Amino acid sequence: MREFRYEKATDPAGAVATLTAAPEGAYLGGGTNLVDLMRLGVATPDVLVDVRQLTSTEVEDLPDGGLRIGAAVPNADLAAEPRVRERFPLLAQALLAGASGQLRNRATTGGNLLQRTRCTYFTDVTMPCNKRAPGSGCGAVAGYHRNLAVLGATNRGGDDGHTCIATHPSDMAVALRALDATVRVLGAEGERAVPIGELHRLPGEDPSRDTTLAHGELITAIDVPALPWATRSRYRKVRDRASYAFALVSVAAAMDLRGTGPDAVVADVRIALGGVAHVPWRATVAEDALRGGPATEEAFAAAVAAELAAADPLPENAFKLPMATNLVTRTLLQISGEARA
Amino acid sequence: MDTQITLRVDGADRPLTVDTRTSLLDAMRERLGATSAKKGCDHGQCGACTVLLDGRRVNSCLVLAVTAQGQEVTTSDGLAVDGQPHALHEAFVDHDAYQCGYCTPGQITSAAGVVAEARAGWPSAVTEDLVGDQVDLTDDEIRERMSGNLCRCAAYANIVPAVAEYATEQGVRA
Repeated sequence: MREFRYEKATDPAGAVATLTAAPEGAYLGGGTNLVDLMRLGVATPDVLVDVRQLTSTEVEDLPDGGLRIGAAVPNADLAAEPRVRERFPLLAQALLAGASGQLRNRATTGGNLLQRTRCTYFTDVTMPCNKRAPGSGCGAVAGYHRNLAVLGATNRGGDDGHTCIATHPSDMAVALRALDATVRVLGAEGERAVPIGELHRLPGEDPSRDTTLAHGELITAIDVPALPWATRSRYRKVRDRASYAFALVSVAAAMDLRGTGPDAVVADVRIALGGVAHVPWRATVAEDALRGGPATEEAFAAAVAAELAAADPLPENAFKLPMATNLVTRTLLQISGEARA
Repeated sequence: MDTQITLRVDGADRPLTVDTRTSLLDAMRERLGATSAKKGCDHGQCGACTVLLDGRRVNSCLVLAVTAQGQEVTTSDGLAVDGQPHALHEAFVDHDAYQCGYCTPGQITSAAGVVAEARAGWPSAVTEDLVGDQVDLTDDEIRERMSGNLCRCAAYANIVPAVAEYATEQGVRA
C-alpha cells in the first residue's frame, strides 16, 4: 500500500479545500471499499481526508414528505430507519440486500454511491483493465464476465483503450435511481444538486470515471422526494448465493394502479435495474411502455423485452436477459397483486 | 507515515505509534498482542476479524487504526467479565459450535451484534414485516444476519443453535 497522510477535517468546507489541494488524495468514508482497494494496489491515494463523521448522520423530513439523508448515515441505520421502511420499502430492502451486517454498520450513504465495480479484472492489478489502467485493454470481454454488463457498455472487442463492461455494484443506488433521488454535493465553487441519474456515467470513451463529480467534490446528503405510492414497492435481487453476494440482476420497482381487479391500469411505474450496467439502470423504455396500459403479466414481460432490446450481451452473461425479464415481471406482479388486494 | 494514537481495546487504553496504513486488526494483533480477532481474508469477506466498535460489529481489517481513536473496541476476549465466559462463549461450548476455532471469536462478536441489532428492532433481508418493531430471530434470520461470518469447517449446523440459545435468553427469539 502506498504511504499516505491522514487528515481529519473539522468541517465539510475544510475537507473540500484539503482534497482539492491534493490531486492524488481521496475522501475516506466507511472505508469498506477504499481500504480494500488500497490494499490491493488499485487505489493509491497519497492523502486520506476522513469524512466518515463529517457530514450529517441524520435523516430529516423534507416539506413534501420526502427525506434528506445525511451522507454519513451508515447503511445499517438507514435500512432500520422507520420512515424509510414505511415510505420507501424498496430502499430499505435494497440496503438490507447488500453486503453483510458488519459492512452495513460501517459503510456510509455517500460512500455507497461511490463504491467501485467488483469486476475481477479491475481489482487485480496484474490484469488489463481500462478502468484501472486506461488504455491497457479489457480482460473481461474474452474472459470471466458472467457477472458483468449487458446494457450501456462500451465493447469494441476488449483490445482497444475504451472497452469496459463493468457493473455498478450498489443495491442502494438502484433504489435511489428508481426514486429519482437528488445528490447534494459541496465543491470548491459551492453547493450543487445532482439528479442521481446524472451522478453515475456510462463508460463511453473514459471508463476510468465512474461519476460526473469533480475531484474534491463531497457528497453531503441525498434527497429522496415524496412518492406516496412507493409504499407498494419492492427490491428483489438474484445472486449466486442466498446472502452476502453482489447482484447478478436486481430490480427496484414501484407501481401505482388505477382501478381494481383485472381491468386495473398502470397509472405510473418506476423500474430500475442493478447488475446489468455501469450505472444503476433506469428502465425508462419499460416504464413508458407500461404507463396507461394493463397491469398484466404479458404487458410486464413485453415492457421488459422492449427495454432489453438494446442489450448487447456476451456469451457468458446472456443469461441475464431472461433473468431480468422474469425478475421484473414477477416483481411487478407481486406489487400489482398487493395493490389489488 | 507514523502517527501517535491511543486505542481502547477491551477496556484498556493502549498508546502506540502506527504507520497510517495499519488496520485496526493488525494494530491489535501485531502491536498490542490482542490476538482475539483473527485475520482470515483481510478483505472484509470472511468476518474472522469482527469486533464491536462502540458496540457495533465491524470488520476490523477494513478499519484503519488511526480512525478508531476515541472509540471502544471490544473483541471476543473483551466480552468476558471478571474472567468469566460470556453467555455466548458458554452457548458455543454447549453446542460444540466450532471445529478449528479460527472463525469463532468473529462469530461470537458478530452474534453479540446480531442480538443487539434485533433488540433495537432492525429488520433483515428475510424479515417479512418490514415495518414491525419486534424482531424474532428465527433460524432463517440468524443465517441471514450471520452471513458475513464464514466457517470453513462448516460448523454452521451448531453455530445457529448456539446463537439461537443466546437470542432466546435475550428475549429476541420466540
